[in-house]
Amino acid sequence: MVAFVISRLLQALPVLLAVALISFALFTFVGDPVAAMLSQDASAADRTALVHLLGLDQPWYVQFGKFVGNAVQGEFGLSYRLSRPVSTLIAERAPATLELAFCAAAMTLCIGVPLGIFTGIYKDSWVSRLLLTISLVGVSLPIFVLGMLLILVFAVNLGWLPSFGRGETVQIGWWSTGLLTASGLKALILPAITLAVFQLTLITRLVRAEMLEVLRTDYIKFARARGLTNRSINFGHALKNTLVPVITIAGLQLGGIIAFAIVTETVFQWPGMGFLFIQSVGAADIPVMAAYLLLIALVFVVINLAVDLLYYLVDPRLRAKR
Amino acid sequence: MLLEVKDLRVEFPTRRGVLTALNGVSFSIAPGEVLGVVGESGAGKSMTGAAIIGLLEPPGRIAGGEIRLEGERIDNLPYEKMRRIRGKRIGAIFQDPLTTLNPLYTVGRQLVETMQAHLPLSDAEARQRAIGWLEQVGIPAAAQRIDAYPHQFSGGMRQRVVIALALCAEPQLIVADEPTTALDVSIQAQIIALLKRLAREQRTAIMLVTHDMGVIAETADRVAVMYAGRIIEIGPVRQVVRHAQHPYTAGLMASIPPLDRRVERLAQIDGAMPRLNAIPPGCPFSPRCPEVFERCRVARPELMPAGATDAACWLHDQPGAPA
Ligand SMILES: Nc1ncnc2c1ncn2[C@@H]1O[C@H](COP(=O)(O)OP(=O)(O)OP(=O)(O)O)[C@@H](O)[C@H]1O
Ligand code: SF4
Ligand SMILES: [Mg+2]
Repeated sequence: MVAFVISRLLQALPVLLAVALISFALFTFVGDPVAAMLSQDASAADRTALVHLLGLDQPWYVQFGKFVGNAVQGEFGLSYRLSRPVSTLIAERAPATLELAFCAAAMTLCIGVPLGIFTGIYKDSWVSRLLLTISLVGVSLPIFVLGMLLILVFAVNLGWLPSFGRGETVQIGWWSTGLLTASGLKALILPAITLAVFQLTLITRLVRAEMLEVLRTDYIKFARARGLTNRSINFGHALKNTLVPVITIAGLQLGGIIAFAIVTETVFQWPGMGFLFIQSVGAADIPVMAAYLLLIALVFVVINLAVDLLYYLVDPRLRAKR
Repeated sequence: MLLEVKDLRVEFPTRRGVLTALNGVSFSIAPGEVLGVVGESGAGKSMTGAAIIGLLEPPGRIAGGEIRLEGERIDNLPYEKMRRIRGKRIGAIFQDPLTTLNPLYTVGRQLVETMQAHLPLSDAEARQRAIGWLEQVGIPAAAQRIDAYPHQFSGGMRQRVVIALALCAEPQLIVADEPTTALDVSIQAQIIALLKRLAREQRTAIMLVTHDMGVIAETADRVAVMYAGRIIEIGPVRQVVRHAQHPYTAGLMASIPPLDRRVERLAQIDGAMPRLNAIPPGCPFSPRCPEVFERCRVARPELMPAGATDAACWLHDQPGAPA
């Protein structure tokens, strides 16, 4: 088990290194930090001194080595735009994004999976057909359009919910949470729905497809022939067999939710990492962009590992035999 | 009679009209009796079994006739009532043991849930019985193997587990649809012998669908021969094998090698069975029949007494009987 985790982590290393290289390349190819940091009338000598100070006169692999070494310690330098440590900026913004992402993910799973099961079992009922038609709309509606529509209806016309920001937050250690105040919860609703709808429809359709597939298998027919109840066939035998593919997709979706939060956060001016990233792109704030890219890569790696561990729990065929 | 099937008709509504997969199928099985069912691929053998256990695949449906278990009609029962009969009174064994067991549950759990679905057993009692059943079907070290998953068993061992699952609630009838076709030739005989022995001990009747005439000859009490959705001959196994009355059965039997050798598949008779939507009027076998005559092409023969069996063939129409 431990060996399995370690081997998976080792396999993830090349991926992380590749992303690190891309982030690192941003520094070299996008913008010129030296020009940005020097004043207009600096001399050539000043410039050489700064280049030396920043280590930019060393071969690229040495610079890359340093970059990785720093990144491992969570050290990404100063933001060009805000002149504050990148790690601090990200730490400030992470709670907003994570709370939004987990609310959206919870909505996705708690609504999407049951809907998928229902539409799979009762595939011919009109309720299922209706739900599937609606889900088609959900899949094809762009996130920002949905966000704007929700703002228009619930914030502008009805005035029930705020259209931007996070509401009041409470500080617990370094974590700032919006989950403990009424205004914070209210502010969470629209962005969370916006973020969840696409993933929710996707997971509904996926669970349904898997359910239909599994219900056709011989072992389900045999379970019926053994006279088991519908309940234990549908929610025991069938559901458990749909779990492996569903876990994969749900894991990827969680990563996707965190990554795609960029659009939702921009629409709702949600003070999270995605919004920070967009602002940084606007200002060519390379250190923040690089840190964000690496962080997202790390999130995907961790989720993949969690997914593999879950497989391991669900499917005895994958468990190593002595 | 334990099971009586009368005039069974199964239809499949399709976009291009209704297909009749079974038409006028009638037979019965006595308690403890083994009825062999043979016929070419597509003849309707599996369909008959599925209709009996009430698990026809939609849109297939029973469109006529009746099925009685100990005199009680079971073809029109609501789902929940039929569920209580499945497993408890009519068990089933499928063809491919590699796919009939749920890969994510231990064999013990599958046995226990089956018994508990039908019998008032505590967990401990059910587990004890499950071990007993695994021993009965010849799984070595059953007490340890009960917690193993299906993929940890070989194909033959899995089919033994399937047999245990089919028998564990002690049904009166087992529908076994080609229970050895997917298995290695070397273990087919063992599995059939096991099934036969257990059925005799439990006084369980079997409807045994197979392509293996050797198995039929050794195991069955009576044989039904199916062709194009009908039973065209049915009778005691020795009579059907040695003195077939229907030209189709005769063709089948002529191609069987001596009993000490087995054939994988029934040897071919010239031509092919008609598709369901192109069954000729009159006798469905008439395009391939070496003894076909005028009447065969216009009027359809029903089962009628022929020698020691019943055959659906005009050759056996007694003079004077209504046509
Ligand atoms: N879903 C369906 N729709 C239409 N026709 C079907 C359907 N399923 C089966 N059939 C037809 O019903 C007929 C009987 O099939 P069945 O499976 O009972 O044959 P079988 O005698 O068991 O053959 P085999 O030896 O290949 O198992 C076949 O002609 C088949 O084409
Ligand atoms: S009825 Fe005629 S065609 Fe049919 S099997 Fe008998 S002889 Fe042949
Ligand atoms: Mg079949």
